[in-house]
Amino acid sequence: MAIDAATVRKVARLARIAEPEDRLEPLARELSGIMAWIEQLNEVDTDGVEPMASTEAVTLPLRDDVVTDGGDPEKVLSNAPRRSGDFFVAPKVVE
Amino acid sequence: MSALTSLTLKAALDGLADKSFSSKELTQAHVEAVANARALNAYVLETPERAIAMAEASDARRARGEAGALDGAPLGIKDLFCTEGVRSTACSKILGDFAPTYESTVTANLWREGAVMLGKLNMDEFAMGSSNETSAFGPVINPWRRTGGDAQLTPGGSSGGSATSVAAELCLGATATDTGGSIRQPAAFTGTVGIKPTYGRCSRWGVVAFASSLDQAGPIARTVEDAAILLKAMAGHDPKDSTSLPVETPDFPSFVGRSVKGLRVGVPKEYRVDGMPPEIEALWEQGIAWLKEAGCEIVEVSLPHTKYALPAYYIVAPAEASSNLARYDGMRYGLRVDGANLTETYERTRAEGFGEEVKRRILIGTYVLSAGYYDAYYLKAQKVRRKIADDFDQAWLKVDALLTPTAPSAAFGLGENSDDPVAMYLNDIFTVTVNLAGLPGMSIPAGLDANGLPLGLQLIGKALDEGTLFSLGGALEKAAAFKAKPAKWW
Amino acid sequence: MSDTSKLIQGRTGPWEIVLGLEIHAQVASNAKLFSGAAVGFGAGPNAQVALVDAAMPGMLPVINRRCVEQAVRTGLGLKAQINLWSRFDRKNYFYPDLPQGYQISQFKDPIVGEGEVIVERDDGSTFTVGIERLHLEQDAGKSLHDQDPGSTYIDLNRAGTALMEIVSRPHMRSPEEAAAYVKKVRTILVYLGTCDGDMEKGNLRADVNVSVCRPGAYEAFRETGDFSHLGTRCEIKNVNSYRYIQQAIEYEARRQIEILEDGGKVDQETRLFDPGKLETRSMRSKEEAHDYRYFPDPDLLPLVLDPAWVKAIQDSLPELPDAKKARLQTQYGLSAYDAGVLITEQARAAFFETAAKGRDAKLTANWVTNDLAARLTAGGIDIEDSPVKPETIAELVQLIEEGVISSKIAKDVFERVWAGEGGPRAVVEKQGLQQVSDTGALDAIVDALIAANPGQAAAVKDKPQAIGWFVGQVMKETGGKANPGAVNQILKAKLGL
Repeated sequence: MAIDAATVRKVARLARIAEPEDRLEPLARELSGIMAWIEQLNEVDTDGVEPMASTEAVTLPLRDDVVTDGGDPEKVLSNAPRRSGDFFVAPKVVE
Repeated sequence: MSALTSLTLKAALDGLADKSFSSKELTQAHVEAVANARALNAYVLETPERAIAMAEASDARRARGEAGALDGAPLGIKDLFCTEGVRSTACSKILGDFAPTYESTVTANLWREGAVMLGKLNMDEFAMGSSNETSAFGPVINPWRRTGGDAQLTPGGSSGGSATSVAAELCLGATATDTGGSIRQPAAFTGTVGIKPTYGRCSRWGVVAFASSLDQAGPIARTVEDAAILLKAMAGHDPKDSTSLPVETPDFPSFVGRSVKGLRVGVPKEYRVDGMPPEIEALWEQGIAWLKEAGCEIVEVSLPHTKYALPAYYIVAPAEASSNLARYDGMRYGLRVDGANLTETYERTRAEGFGEEVKRRILIGTYVLSAGYYDAYYLKAQKVRRKIADDFDQAWLKVDALLTPTAPSAAFGLGENSDDPVAMYLNDIFTVTVNLAGLPGMSIPAGLDANGLPLGLQLIGKALDEGTLFSLGGALEKAAAFKAKPAKWW
Repeated sequence: MSDTSKLIQGRTGPWEIVLGLEIHAQVASNAKLFSGAAVGFGAGPNAQVALVDAAMPGMLPVINRRCVEQAVRTGLGLKAQINLWSRFDRKNYFYPDLPQGYQISQFKDPIVGEGEVIVERDDGSTFTVGIERLHLEQDAGKSLHDQDPGSTYIDLNRAGTALMEIVSRPHMRSPEEAAAYVKKVRTILVYLGTCDGDMEKGNLRADVNVSVCRPGAYEAFRETGDFSHLGTRCEIKNVNSYRYIQQAIEYEARRQIEILEDGGKVDQETRLFDPGKLETRSMRSKEEAHDYRYFPDPDLLPLVLDPAWVKAIQDSLPELPDAKKARLQTQYGLSAYDAGVLITEQARAAFFETAAKGRDAKLTANWVTNDLAARLTAGGIDIEDSPVKPETIAELVQLIEEGVISSKIAKDVFERVWAGEGGPRAVVEKQGLQQVSDTGALDAIVDALIAANPGQAAAVKDKPQAIGWFVGQVMKETGGKANPGAVNQILKAKLGL
């Protein structure tokens, strides 16, 4: 499935990565090349095959409902690029 | 003093135990070696003061009779592991000066056994690469050079810094991670031993995530025994990681040196690929012969879906990565590039913070998960993955382990594969199946090519059967008697 | 089949509303769904945030058993199928209050499947709302837009809290039905103890899906299951009161009808309700519709439930509202209405049952639901903390049953008891409020009145209602303590009625 510049623009927006206009065509070619190589997967007959979600034959372990964490804002805020007191600061969001 | 840095981990631990030298001496020697080897660019952060302090604490512990399994041994830590209070970047600009307020479980295990941290090791950005050329800190240079040449070669990736530091004697061992071959291929390129254990053997808590269903931590070391010592300390069930297996850690070192007589070793015919360099083919035959001599039964097996492993991997890994890397948005840590609004801030931060290969993979991953494509790509790839795993299950009915080459070439020159992403991806052709199936895989240095560059052989084992790999690896290591070292040019 | 009272008359003809609701209920638990941070209100900003909640590099989710249990319990309370195998998926999008850049939710394989809820309308009739599924998911943090004009502040205390999303089928047809449905679901959850139901704090909120159609279309949809019979729906997000739910639906339905009657098309979109303007408005539009790129979360393995564990939860369920209501009717002979009022709170029903032991059930029910309820509401007191205990109400009721006081006097007694003057019997004693039932005394009073008011006495023959004047006079004479029944009987006899 060939990817065009418009698709790259759309995907880049979904991924929140700014791609300058002059990168869109080259990226489209690169990504198309990768996707073309990936197409060979269609040679494999996967009818009736269960997708592999995990390599492990175990199921989800459950944790006790006990408070064991949190209570220390500094631990999560200390690397914040922008903060105000104990709040993270983000650009203004308009809803 | 340089003799101290030439020791194996085992010999160093013995030397510390019988007081031939102190950890402080041992660590100081390494600190100096590291400082003198900056041309290799293996370390992105040196932590000499911390190392000496840890070494002194170790000597004090030893004096009290409280030495742990790794007490006093100076190690290098791949910068993908979060180390408390010490900058951890995954070799990406986007993490900036991020200093974690927590320690990864794997490194916490090492410090609990008394190991010493020399610093953080260079790697491909977010572990995405096979040559350590995508690092925001610049490439790592392989200490090995072609005979008579001085071209700079890659050490492989993504754990290029880990492999280089072990090969250039800048640490006694290093932590690394492997998602598609990132421990084994660099080990092969640098003449060192690397093992990716069974998925779930080591905890992923505190390891910056690339592809959650594939990532696994493991050691790179100079000998099979050293790797066993390190893996034993690194491994263990972690309730903070839901995918961590609730199993005991075997005494891996005790498997090294055991007889491998009667073990059945499979040779998968699909690994004999078109255009395979004759030297690698020859080394593979040599490996088969060595194991036969050691008493193994060699069996030809078929893993029919081998060739589809790479394309399946290049759907699954980027898809998971595109989601795992969404948290790098400039809001809570790392780089932030302000834009006119929220969307622009996200987009500019991530555009400037991520390198080209990372961006490429995020775009691929986002694309294959996007509306309308999930079934065709991600779901399809996970089904193919199941078939690949089934291939191995079939093989295990007939054999106990598999022997293959580790990489389709020796170390190549910097910039040689940079034009075509797919050409770079093909480096993982022998290793990626192992991650998709969640199995353990080990690379052992087996010989030199015509250019004097190391070549590795890969052993693949059943889930949770690293022990058999350590036994077979030990046998191969003994037979290969690989004593070559890179001539010091740095 | 269509109730004409649900029609909205438009310019071009009648319209009907079709509603489906997604209720988000915060799970009652100590810690969050995938981290060990505390759940709850009122802590300082970012004081209840684990590294996992802040999506620090290398962090991993581990699921809280109690949250799973609460989801199963809720599913059982909704008479729904419990899926012993379920999985978590990532819902990927970017927002500052979503640190991971994805929400861990359940998309393809939720923990609970189909169920149903029977809802009572105000008039006592019932309707059934099908439940499509219930799944567990993480709540997001909070964005504060009003702290600083140029930026948005982020508090992640709520990020990672467990939510149950309960998805209904589009079975509601009016704003009142939607509100009644939410009320009923809330009651069930509070009974089960799986959510505290605090809508003001946002612990229970609804996304309302609204569409309109012509009469007949809905029936076609129900018969065929084909959604193309229904109109395009818009989703109104995060409505957290019954009143707002109704107002939002009313506005949105009219908005859509206007568009359609003008020949336009309703765009499928997400909207917010503005309680100030009583309007819905479109949320900040994205260039593309949300593409959440759902895929199974590779950090989590499939969730597998032990059938024995599920059975143990089933066995531990409290009596649920429907069952309790039915039992109160059969066991105590209460009307559906009275039973319905009592069961709105478990504690109220329990209070009633304690008070009603050996007493007149209807009378007891009235006291609990009227006088006591009024006092409790006015004082903002929960019935569990009522200063007037069930035994006290029982005592009051007994006094009425014994004829010691009339119902009217009983109100006075109650007020005095509430004011702390003592128990009912004691108050009656102290205040001398016993009914005068002594027919001899009453005879004398009535005789005196008739003698003194011959005109009135005569008028009663023509206007029987005028007996009320005599009753009033007797009450005046007796300081209100005459037994009204006895008074009426005597008056009727003596006035020749």
